[in-house]
Amino acid sequence: MATEITLEVARYRPGVDSEPVMQSYQVPLREHWAILDGLTYVKDHLDGTLSFRWSCRMGICGSCGMTVNGEPQLSCATFLTDYAPGPIRVEPLHNFPVVRDLVVDIDDFMTKLPKVKPWVVREVQSPVEEGEYLQTPEELDEYQQFSMCINCMLCYSACPVYSLEPDFLGPAAIALAQRYNLDSRDEGADERRDVLSSPEGVWACTFVGECSAVCPKGVDPAGAIQRYKLTAATQSIKELLMPRISRRLNSRSQG
Amino acid sequence: MADYHDVVVVGGGGAGLRAAIAVAETNPALRVAVISKVYPMRSHTVSAEGGAAAVAAPDDTLDEHAYDTVSGSDWLCDQDAVEAFVAEAPRELLRLEHWGCPWSRQPDGKIAVRAFGGMKKKRTWFAADRTGFHLLHTLFQTALSYSDIVRYDEWYVTKILVDDGRAYGVVAIELATGRIETITANAVILCTGGCGRVFPFTTNANIKTGDGMALAYRAGAPLKDMEFVQYHPTGLPFTGILITEAARAEGGWLLNKDGYRYLQDYDLGTPTPEPVLRNMELGPRDRLSQAFVHEMEKGNTIDTPYGPIVNLDLRHLGAKLIDLKLPFVRELCSKYQNIDPVTELVPVRPVVHYMMGGVHTDIRGATPLEGLYAAGEVACVSINGANRLGSNSLPECLVFGNRAGRAAAVFAARYHREVPSSIVAQGRDEARRLAAELGRRVEGHQRIADIRTEMQATMENGAGIYRDGDSLTKAAHELAELRLRFRHAGIDDHSTNFNTELIAWLELGFMLDVAECIIDSAALREESRGAHQRTDFPARDDERFLAHSLVRRQPDGSSRVGYLPVTITRWPPGERIYGR
Repeated sequence: MATEITLEVARYRPGVDSEPVMQSYQVPLREHWAILDGLTYVKDHLDGTLSFRWSCRMGICGSCGMTVNGEPQLSCATFLTDYAPGPIRVEPLHNFPVVRDLVVDIDDFMTKLPKVKPWVVREVQSPVEEGEYLQTPEELDEYQQFSMCINCMLCYSACPVYSLEPDFLGPAAIALAQRYNLDSRDEGADERRDVLSSPEGVWACTFVGECSAVCPKGVDPAGAIQRYKLTAATQSIKELLMPRISRRLNSRSQG
Repeated sequence: MADYHDVVVVGGGGAGLRAAIAVAETNPALRVAVISKVYPMRSHTVSAEGGAAAVAAPDDTLDEHAYDTVSGSDWLCDQDAVEAFVAEAPRELLRLEHWGCPWSRQPDGKIAVRAFGGMKKKRTWFAADRTGFHLLHTLFQTALSYSDIVRYDEWYVTKILVDDGRAYGVVAIELATGRIETITANAVILCTGGCGRVFPFTTNANIKTGDGMALAYRAGAPLKDMEFVQYHPTGLPFTGILITEAARAEGGWLLNKDGYRYLQDYDLGTPTPEPVLRNMELGPRDRLSQAFVHEMEKGNTIDTPYGPIVNLDLRHLGAKLIDLKLPFVRELCSKYQNIDPVTELVPVRPVVHYMMGGVHTDIRGATPLEGLYAAGEVACVSINGANRLGSNSLPECLVFGNRAGRAAAVFAARYHREVPSSIVAQGRDEARRLAAELGRRVEGHQRIADIRTEMQATMENGAGIYRDGDSLTKAAHELAELRLRFRHAGIDDHSTNFNTELIAWLELGFMLDVAECIIDSAALREESRGAHQRTDFPARDDERFLAHSLVRRQPDGSSRVGYLPVTITRWPPGERIYGR
């Protein structure tokens, strides 16, 4: 095995570069080294000016999403040896404005997230002194996979709809809305409905499924969206037929 | 003009978000802000795995949780703080449940609990083995429902502003733009977590650089019990990634090179096929990490390119249990070690994990500096004393985040929204200093990473699992030298946009302060207690050292260590007994 591998890294310095330029760095090719280890090697030994985000280096904080050889990846969970002999092309996540080098602006997601009310909504919140809301392991299973989203933005980077329709709520936000809709403790499905059923909500999705394919945590946002489309359609028909009852039913069983 | 808030929380992890919500609930008229150097849901709470302790089962009592915590701490905790902690922990975890935390459940829908190290009863709530992740995201998403909580995401605090013995806010730099802002407040709550990155091999995320500890220290608040550094016994050898104690709680064994459960040789009980509470692999972390060192000295560990290791054996647990209770362990082993714990042994070695010490606070989260509060790992209340028990840190974030939030809210409401003119001037001075550093060009400069790497080696060699007077003296000299070199460390990056080199430089300055506090506190504690083991003073010395160390910064920048008595309420100092 070669002892080094080339990283071709996209550099963009606002005010200096009019558009991103590629810069090559030679880094050690070692077993167990993630793309991120290669980048920190560059930062520590070759070029202190390279900017990228990282923190936990164990695939749970969601900071280090990048485009590696054209695919959105967590750079801490993608390994140099898998790309040998290289070179490896490292670029910022697609579909986001670039702040600097490999750092993208995710304010759009941070603004959209609260719109789907990703928290438990209840008409009456029982005092904690009365103990836990019961939830069987089967009820937990209903929403658990959607609660695994680490907000890493790989799904937005992969989503062809988001690249064309920046107003689209996007896979992670919709999956998180469903995470609460499907939680037996939550009664907020009604309140999330207008946003989810809007043109920027589930109906914008053309079910390409790239979001689920790239998710590093096995969340299935495409499935969440499809399931909600069915719910929303059923709900609309119900409401046409019996407007009052359905509202009440809807707040009980959603999903 | 400066931004103003009534309460500013620095740090957006478990303690910080809990504190912000507490402020908002205590007094909705107050303006509260959270300043964090990462988006809050990236905070290091996200990496906590095993669980959160709080009495839940009918056969358990608050007194038993308190006693386990006190004995686990080697009697260095404050027992009034521990009593408050165990009493409030169940309510805090239930609150998280009401906010949507996906706690693992029993078949009847009630909360499930698991065993944990040093705990005599099963009382650790868990969300599989991603408890911190779920706890953090639940808090973050719940905090979004409080639209009055203002967030400064990806802002880095460089200084606490102090006038006449009172904190009035902070100076912070916005990473994206390089904008430097004075953010004033009637109360500041530090929730910035620990400082594992002062050591070379740690479970801690890249962001854990002791910022809050150094900020408080420079502002004149003392740091408490800094010599107590927890080594977790089971980290993956190259990365230092944590393999949760829950792996042993579910029945995992620690084996030396001969496949022998060596903990039986270290007064931790006798091996049984099923896990037994406070016994063998369910002993406390300090004792398990120390046992590893002895096995290494006996030649019973296995050498690897990444240092000596022992093996964690989970094979007998079976795929079904591992996938249900320890799915993240399986994912981490597969991804970062290329092994499957269902069929293979997991190589592990002790790894720096947690600071028992931190900013000195009282039981309400208040520091001696008026207007400054602290909660979570950055703080030392102390409930952890000389050794924290696994699964006590997440509820600590919640209980004391809540307490600090409430106390700060009451304090902040007492004052008008006015700041002394000297504060505005200090803010301007700090902005000028940062701008000057950004533009500073040094000929033949020292690399930040080189100084950092040497500092980390110094700490491991000087203040590792075992220390002595000589190793600590040597470390103190090396740190002094590194501090001189730090003055010549240059920044190549002069951009104002997302300048991570400037941040790394500021973090290194903070880490050097914290490292010095650890070494100086350790040098003066001439006894062995919990995680502080002196080979030249191998016994616990309650006569001289049943006391917290308090390290204060002197006007010339040096440190001075003093002591504060430990609060004993109901459990007089005794022998720590495990496995018998």
